[in-house]
Amino acid sequence: MATLMAYVIGLLFTASIYMMLRRSIVKLVIGLIILSNAANLLIFVVAGLTRGAPPLIAEGAQQITGTVADPLPQALILTAIVIAFSVLAFAVVLIRRAYEVVGTDDLDQMKDTDT
Amino acid sequence: MNLAPVLPILIPLVAGALSLACWRSIRLQRLIGVVATGLLLAASIWLLLLTVDQGFLVVEMGSWPAPFSIVFVADVLSAIMIVLTGIIGLAIAIYSLASIPNGHQRFGYFPLMHLLLAGVGGAFLTGDIFNLFVWFEVMLLASFALLTLGGERAQMEGAIKYVTLNLFSSAMFLSAVGLLYGMVGTLNMADIAQKVSSVDDPGMVTVVSMMFMISFGIKAAAFPLFFWLPASYHTPQVAVSALFAGLLTKVGVYALYRVFTLIFTQDVGYTHTILLWGATLTMLTGVLGAAAQFEFRRILSFHIISQIGYMILGLALFTPLALIGGVFYIMHHIIVKTNLFLVSGITYRLLGSYELKDLGGVYRQRPYLALLFLIPALSLAGIPPLSGFFAKFIVVRASLEASEYLVAGIALLVGLLTLYSMIKIWAEVFWKKLPEHVTDDSALKGEMKEPRSWALYLPVAGLAVCTLIIGLYGQPIYVLAETAADQLMNPQLYIEAVLGGQSQ
Repeated sequence: MATLMAYVIGLLFTASIYMMLRRSIVKLVIGLIILSNAANLLIFVVAGLTRGAPPLIAEGAQQITGTVADPLPQALILTAIVIAFSVLAFAVVLIRRAYEVVGTDDLDQMKDTDT
Repeated sequence: MNLAPVLPILIPLVAGALSLACWRSIRLQRLIGVVATGLLLAASIWLLLLTVDQGFLVVEMGSWPAPFSIVFVADVLSAIMIVLTGIIGLAIAIYSLASIPNGHQRFGYFPLMHLLLAGVGGAFLTGDIFNLFVWFEVMLLASFALLTLGGERAQMEGAIKYVTLNLFSSAMFLSAVGLLYGMVGTLNMADIAQKVSSVDDPGMVTVVSMMFMISFGIKAAAFPLFFWLPASYHTPQVAVSALFAGLLTKVGVYALYRVFTLIFTQDVGYTHTILLWGATLTMLTGVLGAAAQFEFRRILSFHIISQIGYMILGLALFTPLALIGGVFYIMHHIIVKTNLFLVSGITYRLLGSYELKDLGGVYRQRPYLALLFLIPALSLAGIPPLSGFFAKFIVVRASLEASEYLVAGIALLVGLLTLYSMIKIWAEVFWKKLPEHVTDDSALKGEMKEPRSWALYLPVAGLAVCTLIIGLYGQPIYVLAETAADQLMNPQLYIEAVLGGQSQ
């Protein structure tokens, strides 16, 4: 399972970088969205995949027995998803404004501020 | 619970919320802006005194014991950075009173400024690597909005590059945190530092350290990852430029200092050599880029990059003296660089342009402003007895002691080229005659009454005094930097302070 997920993550990173290297700003933002998902999935897989074992203490017991899923990466991913959501919402508004102001979605024509 | 390490985050957060509550009244927002940043400065000085007096201050959130809770840790380096944040925050808040157009203030300039300061403060104080990511994002989101406030074409183009590269850096940081967690199973930096040496696969640790280096390198604008900076820093309002120039890249530098002295010291020969050459090339490309520019703020932007090189050089040499030099350099640079941006804003007010060819004759009409430019400019170039001289002196001496003669030579050459750039600005903006095609020089000749122009000059003069103090009374500052470097060289102290007696 972990091997399969590793390939999926690799594929997501590849796809996101390919999208970010294209000229349209819309594809750039799609690349960024895929990139943040790839990073989240990476955290999830790297911390170890445990199926069907929630980290709950059984009634009456004092501590967890046996192997359970690590809840911390899930909390991290949840935080990262919320942050990525807000940042990407900003990015979407930004590209819309940029398209309105500059009049094109072609990154090659947004070179005025480069040196 | 000890409040001191939390106040520098709480004050801007509360001030930001209050400013949001006073959305309709920009007068109240202005008042809150100045009062809150003043309080921030006071709280940060208190924190610095406490850390010098008592060593590490650790606050555990929710009172859970250390590796399980999110901790805020203030050592001397953090406290120094927080004091600098306070100084710059106050200077920018006062400068904004006169320089930020009312339209920008109505669209939430002050709440965003407070949010940015809170993010910067949180990044300096947190002792948890994932929490560092969160503060980075808080800071980034505020900076995105500040950068695009106004919505001009250049701002949009600059912002797209800035946002993309910074989001890429964040994703890289997040992936690195995930991989690190997979290896050591903890997020507390002190706990990571103690467990990272017992990881089975040291090669993998080095791989992760390189991911951190690239991610923080993008944020610090190190070679060859700096291209977002000169593309965006000259586009927003000058107060925003100055705030970014002073604080944002330095958060990246601070993160490099923290991570590469505390956690990734297992393969110094490899990681710090890369840092060393990265730093050298950063210095060189930055200053050469500046030499080719003829726009006030672009020259200054490229000089940020070149100065970042000196700071990373202090870390890369990894000797006690080099770290002292690096910390001293950060203190000197934040104040001087912000000040130069603020001066560029004043000349813009006088003549309506940042292009050197459209500026001129300022010395004749405003000799005191020329003096106020000359102090930070010469300090940046490293002329004694100003602060930059001592900063450069320590770093160059440390590289000579480490037998890195080529690096020391380049550092000196870069100092010379910095002087060239500063003299170029001096000659073009202050010394030469006002070009004939400039017709609107009524502001320069003082024919127009400037509302609140004291708010422009007061921060510039205050920061210039700080530069002079660092230069003329360097000894206490040097001792401070020495204490900070001492703590950085002994990560065991940090680990014991955070984890208490339970370190294995």
